[in-house]
Amino acid sequence: MQNSNNLPTQVSPLKQFLKRWGSTIGIALGVIGITIWQYNLNSQITEAVVASSIRQATPLVLGALCGLLGERSGVINIGIEGQMLLGAFVGFLANVWTGNLLFAVFAAVAAGALMGLLLAYMSVTLKMDQIIGGTVINILALGLTGYFYQVGLTTQGKLQPIALGALADIPLIGPAFFNNPPITYATFILVFVVHYVLFYTKWGLRTRAVGEHPRAADTLGVNVFKVRYVNVILGGAIAGLAGAFLTLEAVGSFERAMTNGRGFVALAVMIFGKYTPLGAWGAALLFGFANAMQTQLQFADIQVPHQFIGMLPYILTIVVLSGFVGRTRVPAADGVPYDKE
Amino acid sequence: MDDQAKKEMDQSPSSWLGDIRRVIAVPLTAVLLALLIGAILLAVSGANPIKAYSALIDGSFGDMKAFGRTLAKATPLIFSGLAVAFAFKAGLFNIGAQGQLLFGALVAAVVGFMVHGLPAFLHATLALLAGGAAGALYAAIPGALKAYTGAHEVITTIMLNYVAINITDYFADGPLKDTGIVARTPEILDTARIPSIGEIPVGFFLAVLAAVAIWWLLWHTTLGFEIRTVGLSPHAAKYAGMKVAYTVILTMVISGFLAGVGGAIETQGIVYRYQPGFNTGLGFDGITIALLGKTHPFGIIPAALLIGAMKAGASTMQFDAGVAKEITDVIQALMLFFVTADMIVRKLIRARDDGGEKITLSGWGQQ
Repeated sequence: MQNSNNLPTQVSPLKQFLKRWGSTIGIALGVIGITIWQYNLNSQITEAVVASSIRQATPLVLGALCGLLGERSGVINIGIEGQMLLGAFVGFLANVWTGNLLFAVFAAVAAGALMGLLLAYMSVTLKMDQIIGGTVINILALGLTGYFYQVGLTTQGKLQPIALGALADIPLIGPAFFNNPPITYATFILVFVVHYVLFYTKWGLRTRAVGEHPRAADTLGVNVFKVRYVNVILGGAIAGLAGAFLTLEAVGSFERAMTNGRGFVALAVMIFGKYTPLGAWGAALLFGFANAMQTQLQFADIQVPHQFIGMLPYILTIVVLSGFVGRTRVPAADGVPYDKE
Repeated sequence: MDDQAKKEMDQSPSSWLGDIRRVIAVPLTAVLLALLIGAILLAVSGANPIKAYSALIDGSFGDMKAFGRTLAKATPLIFSGLAVAFAFKAGLFNIGAQGQLLFGALVAAVVGFMVHGLPAFLHATLALLAGGAAGALYAAIPGALKAYTGAHEVITTIMLNYVAINITDYFADGPLKDTGIVARTPEILDTARIPSIGEIPVGFFLAVLAAVAIWWLLWHTTLGFEIRTVGLSPHAAKYAGMKVAYTVILTMVISGFLAGVGGAIETQGIVYRYQPGFNTGLGFDGITIALLGKTHPFGIIPAALLIGAMKAGASTMQFDAGVAKEITDVIQALMLFFVTADMIVRKLIRARDDGGEKITLSGWGQQ
């Protein structure tokens, strides 16, 4: 008879699941439905839009992963833009000098990690205001890349799509998921890896503990500084990979300030995705879709000035931020330097 | 009475000269360190740092004309620096000064070439205020979003910068386009121009006046007290019965007004029309200047003069020493780093904390 008092535990798991994920699943099903319907109307354009959404989403997911690693451990990273930009530039230069694409990707990742180290040093060791620390990184990256950039250089080749056998021939899904260049594949994998590490490993538990209640974690013997350093540096490395995507996979050359605000859009993606890698991926696909539509609209013969189409992703970011930031639970110690007393 | 307190009394000089020395020690060291690292970078990339720096000084302070150029470059920078610093006092980081400045520049140009038949003084003032109002309105958006939805101003203002670039581009290349192929508005009328006295632009005096006005507003009015209280502790401000949301929006509006006027002065005093690409970076420079000037209105002026001099001399440096202009951006970023990472600098020069107000910007969660 004791059990009857414990009513809350009696709520069916199905109901709980629906309450938590219902709207997400609803939106996803809706999107899939509309896509299939459109595919029947015009298969070529739909295929192009879906595939381009995925690719446009790649730097945004990577940026969001960078942001959420930092913030889950309590460090706000507003310097994603700069880490991405420097990664893009170093990867580009490495390729121009050596002609080796793989080496160039590693160089980009290393440059991002180095910028991550700088951010960690500023926010963890120096206990600087983290928003300003990130801004320093952004301005520094803009200045360094601008100074060392020479017009007219192009990369020696680009990372090419790899078709995964028969999978790539599946209509609609094939070209979108199974015929991508390496960094896009790596992004798919990273999303799941980061999700697993964050929620199913000891390290992930420590990271989240440090982001929520560093003092408690410290008392239990977790090295708060180390956890924050490692996460922010890893985040920087991932942002560097996003930079490599831009120069080595998407464009094949470098332009000044070519990240174009993606690092900041990635922060909105992270918040929209409720600080989870899978959520961020979903949110990034939405933004990728907005970008893909933008390209389609610019080609289509309609009478909207291109500048108005060009602002879509930025306006979407503002709308998402103002609609969702209040409803997302931010890690409790996010942005607060830890003082070991 | 312990020795400690006595020591502190001795060490804090009551003379205001000592105070100033204490306050500027860190920014000055930061600037020197940045110039030093800049010199190393120059040397590494094969240039002669001494030649480069002397060309830089020559181009910014070499003669009266160069000095006038420095003042002209510094003028919009004082405004954007004030805009960032003012918002800072309320704990807001207005990275959107850039977008607000663009709207100010565009609207001042519109008033400048569309309104006819006004006497010079009136026309110039009207265009200037219209530019300020445009910036103020545009800054009200992130202010309201922050106050009512909690959307962080750093992201919203940056996004609004991109939106502003697109909208102003559209107008300069569409409805407001001058005849010809270049995307730009027609030239403003002579009556809307802000003149120079000899080589010294009148706008510079306006900028200094604005700095004094902001200083007065912050430290001698009730509104200023509320703004600083909100910046130091929004919770305390709320507890004391202040309307935090209202203060946040009003702060952004005033900050946007300053940025807008900065853009308008650029239009009316230098470019004489709106042309996309002519004002890029001024808003971001405002961040460096605000922090270099320790977010104090009177610190902004020398900081803006320094950055303005670097901008004025950059072309000479490129021409005489063959060094890419962008090195000044790197040096500027390094200055920003050293002045904000003041723990490093303090250790180097063994200076104590200057006891200034410490403002922390809000993260996502807190409001």
